[in-house]
Amino acid sequence: MTIDRATVQKIANLARIEVPANEEEALASQLNGIFKFIEQLNEVDTKGVTPMTTAAKVKLPYRKDVVSDGGYAADLLANAPDAANDEYFAVPKVIE
Amino acid sequence: MSQLITGKTGEWEIVIGLEVHAQVTSQSKLFSGASATYGGTPNSQVSFVDAGFPGMLPVINQYCIEQAIKTGFGLNAQINLNSVFDRKNYFYADLPNGYQISQFKQPIVGEGYMLVDMPDGTTKRVGIERLHLEQDAGKSQHDQDPHRSFIDLNRAGVALMEIVSKPDLRSAEEAALYVKKLRAIVRYLGTCDGNMEEGSLRCDVNVSVRKPGAELGTRCEIKNVNSVRFISQAVEYEARRQIEIIEGGGTIKQETRLFDANKGETRSMRSKEDAHDYRYFPDPDLLPLEIDEAWVNEIKSTLPELPDAKKARFIEEHKLSAYDADVLVMEKAKADYYEAVAKGRDAKVAANWVITELFGLLNKAGKEIEDSPVSAARLGGLIDRIADNTISNRLAKDVFAVMWEEGKDADTVIAEKGLKQLTDTGAIEKLVEAAIEANPAAIAEFRSGKERALGFIVGQVMKQSQGKANPAMVNEILAKKLSA
Amino acid sequence: MTTQLTHLTIAEALEGLKAKKFSATELTEAHIAAMAKAKPLNAFITETPEIARAQAKASDARYAKGEAGLLDGIPLAIKDLYCTKDVLTTASSHILDGFKPKYESTVTTNLWKAGANMLGKVALDEFAMGSSTTTNYYGNVINPWSKWNGKEFTEKLVPGGSSGGSSAVIAARCAMGATGTDTGGSIRQPASFTGISGIKPTYGRCSRWGIIAFASSLDQAGPMARSVKDCALMLQAMAGHDPKDSTSVDVAVPDWVKKLAPQMKGKRIGIPKEYRVDGIPKEIDDMWMKAAEWLKAAGAEIVEVSLPHTKYAVPTYYIIAPAECSSNLARYDGVKYGLREEVEGGSLADMYKATRRAGFGKEVRRRILVGTYVLSAGYYDAYYTKALCVRAKIAEDFRKVFESVDALLTPTAPSTAFVIGANEDDPVKMYLNDIFTIPASLAGLPCMSVPGGLAADSLPLGLHVIGKPFDEQTVLDVSLALEEAAKFTAMPHFLAA
Ligand SMILES: [Mg+2]
Ligand SMILES: [Zn+2]
Repeated sequence: MTIDRATVQKIANLARIEVPANEEEALASQLNGIFKFIEQLNEVDTKGVTPMTTAAKVKLPYRKDVVSDGGYAADLLANAPDAANDEYFAVPKVIE
Repeated sequence: MSQLITGKTGEWEIVIGLEVHAQVTSQSKLFSGASATYGGTPNSQVSFVDAGFPGMLPVINQYCIEQAIKTGFGLNAQINLNSVFDRKNYFYADLPNGYQISQFKQPIVGEGYMLVDMPDGTTKRVGIERLHLEQDAGKSQHDQDPHRSFIDLNRAGVALMEIVSKPDLRSAEEAALYVKKLRAIVRYLGTCDGNMEEGSLRCDVNVSVRKPGAELGTRCEIKNVNSVRFISQAVEYEARRQIEIIEGGGTIKQETRLFDANKGETRSMRSKEDAHDYRYFPDPDLLPLEIDEAWVNEIKSTLPELPDAKKARFIEEHKLSAYDADVLVMEKAKADYYEAVAKGRDAKVAANWVITELFGLLNKAGKEIEDSPVSAARLGGLIDRIADNTISNRLAKDVFAVMWEEGKDADTVIAEKGLKQLTDTGAIEKLVEAAIEANPAAIAEFRSGKERALGFIVGQVMKQSQGKANPAMVNEILAKKLSA
Repeated sequence: MTTQLTHLTIAEALEGLKAKKFSATELTEAHIAAMAKAKPLNAFITETPEIARAQAKASDARYAKGEAGLLDGIPLAIKDLYCTKDVLTTASSHILDGFKPKYESTVTTNLWKAGANMLGKVALDEFAMGSSTTTNYYGNVINPWSKWNGKEFTEKLVPGGSSGGSSAVIAARCAMGATGTDTGGSIRQPASFTGISGIKPTYGRCSRWGIIAFASSLDQAGPMARSVKDCALMLQAMAGHDPKDSTSVDVAVPDWVKKLAPQMKGKRIGIPKEYRVDGIPKEIDDMWMKAAEWLKAAGAEIVEVSLPHTKYAVPTYYIIAPAECSSNLARYDGVKYGLREEVEGGSLADMYKATRRAGFGKEVRRRILVGTYVLSAGYYDAYYTKALCVRAKIAEDFRKVFESVDALLTPTAPSTAFVIGANEDDPVKMYLNDIFTIPASLAGLPCMSVPGGLAADSLPLGLHVIGKPFDEQTVLDVSLALEEAAKFTAMPHFLAA
């Protein structure tokens, strides 16, 4: 498959990364290079193979239902580029 | 019961499926130890995990798993011993990680069903597609600043059960009753408090229309439908909107719409206009959820009696009508109240008092059963005084009104008001004799064969006793006197 | 005195401290001075001498009371991927501008509990994506093995990556050890490029809590130092179950240091034939065979084995790692911390796009796009599911092989340190740097790089040992046997002049 400029913009939009038009071509060609390399995997017969999502061979551990965290709004907002009234994270206005 | 809507081109059928987000009643969040309770100053119930800080990792709350399993049983559904948490990737201001941890391909609970009780006494079986666990998002506030939206993450990460029905509902009424029943079930189980105002139970309604018997039409998902009344309104509005478009030669665009409660309308959501491509994949910070069968069985063994079973028992053992049983079981607190009153007493009498008298006053006063001024024990006490002939049924209603107003028990009210029934034979005899003497005309009528005149005399005796004389005794003594 | 202290291994320094030959403060001051001299390497993003001094002082107090911990008084550098409380933490990215976490990673917490001290935060490839530390927002880190005329480098080599700041400062003797993280080779390849040692333990051995994620199913913390024993000491302190990380494994941490032994008698060491790939310099092949001879001489039995899916490991990795990173890095959106770029009158989406464009470097953006693509509708199964299945086959290859051998021996990297800027034009060529390290990462196995010797270009070459899950002991033992045979004592040019 080949990735064209429109596809580059489509993915970039999903990933919320600005890609200027003058970079589309070069990026498309790099991505095509990577995908050409990746597509070697089609040589491997994976019929009946269970996908491996993790290398950890343990059972998902559970936590008890107790309040043990939170209660530090100031620490949470300490690094915020825009902390409104020191209470909220603020972002450009959203229209629903 | 299909509710068909007549358009210009004939009749249309509404097809509805519901996605209900029910907040798990846990102390802490699904994947963090921050408090999950309602309220709290902005961002005070947020951990670095909930806020998507670098290097933070989720650890699952066991209690939330248990509540999901319980709810699954309440929905007569398949409990999946193996399920997977996936990331649903999208950008939004109230989604700090850029993804929501949810369950996509393998939910914790699979197919099931729920019985919806219709007003005519019939039940409708509605299929449950699935129930999965997922994180709630934060809250955006758009009205505090002209240029900015403010984000409060207190709800971010709170555990939700998303319960998806099959598109089995056919009218606004059915949809509303479905939600009521679902709310009853989660409240019985204690897995969700069902509070729609606080957002503990939220509905997304999928609506499409079709000509009866035709293929399913394109659906629109209506978000933010946050009361049972709004569900009916939203369905009605949306169905008519779609019919108008189709009949006008248009086609329905699959989209997410927002219900505007003020206008009673649905409108397209700008923020969701993007093509959905959530890029779900298994969350590599969490391993597959493997649940012990023994634990599931243990949970099953501790399940409370649910509305359907309770209803069946009320009908079978208490001999109540299906309608009365429905009214009593919809809220567990009501059923519990009724059962406390009925215990050791005549069930039908108890049901009658609870449904007619108590619910009547509660409705009028806009009160919940939990706030009833008359406790179940006191209502039971009142019924006992009727049973032992202390007061008549008619007087009991007056006593009940005083109990409601003044917060006293039946015996106190009876004593204070001197309402105790007159059962002293001598005293009643005197009253009867006086009445015979005072009403010679009526006595003459009776003797000439007009039986009805006897009723008049009884009435006079009751009047003289201020209603306290035992009517049966009055009748008996009067008959004896007149035949002597 | 000062230079001598910085040339000690951690094990030697601990003995000196216990014997009161020098204090933790003296040891730390010597390294603070070396750190100041090492500025031309551009390895530190943040220097924290005051923190190190305060911690060293506390170490001296513990030594005085006879209560010293496992690493008491040892000055370390911390890869700037570990969150350190109130200390700038950048992941070498512009997007984390000014970010000072209010929490400390579990692994660094463990190190401070053991008595170690923090000289500063060292650079890496941005978000640990790379093999050269040239994607660091704060500029290239120079390998101390680059030619140095006493004033400046006359040739600039990469220190490897992504833990290139870590490898550079250890080789340059301005830290006794450093934390690294390894997703596809990020501890081992830079160790190889700088003539030091580094171990990536079994996935789940060290907590990932507080370490900025790149690819969660592969990321693993590990130590880098100048000897196998030093790595064992550090790992001992770093490892352990952490209830805050759901993938952390609840198994006891063995006393690796105590059991450390180079005795190879009865050990079967596998030489995977598929690692003999075309285009690899002969001297690397020769070094590998020489290392096999060393192990044989130490008593091991050397057997050729087959890992048939080896060649598919790199393409598999370049689907899985970008997929996970595209999601892990979605949180960098200009809302909670770090950089925000606003567009005048723009929407929230405009802010996201501008921030992420400005905040992420080229390679990170490229990987996010690849990852977004392989997870997107219509491509998920063809790429992502396929890669997970091939990953399963690669892991199965290892499982089978480990039925008959105790460890595997391979080269660490297909080349010595390359010149900064090389491989830059071609991402795939750059990706092939990790051809020998990625397979074990996919299987989650413990693996280590130790210096084998110098290549013809007088640059170090590493040897790579892969072990069974949770058998770090064998990996360390085999590595120690190699270390003893290799007798690697060469010094980087930066120190020689
Ligand atoms: Mg949904
Ligand atoms: Zn949902």
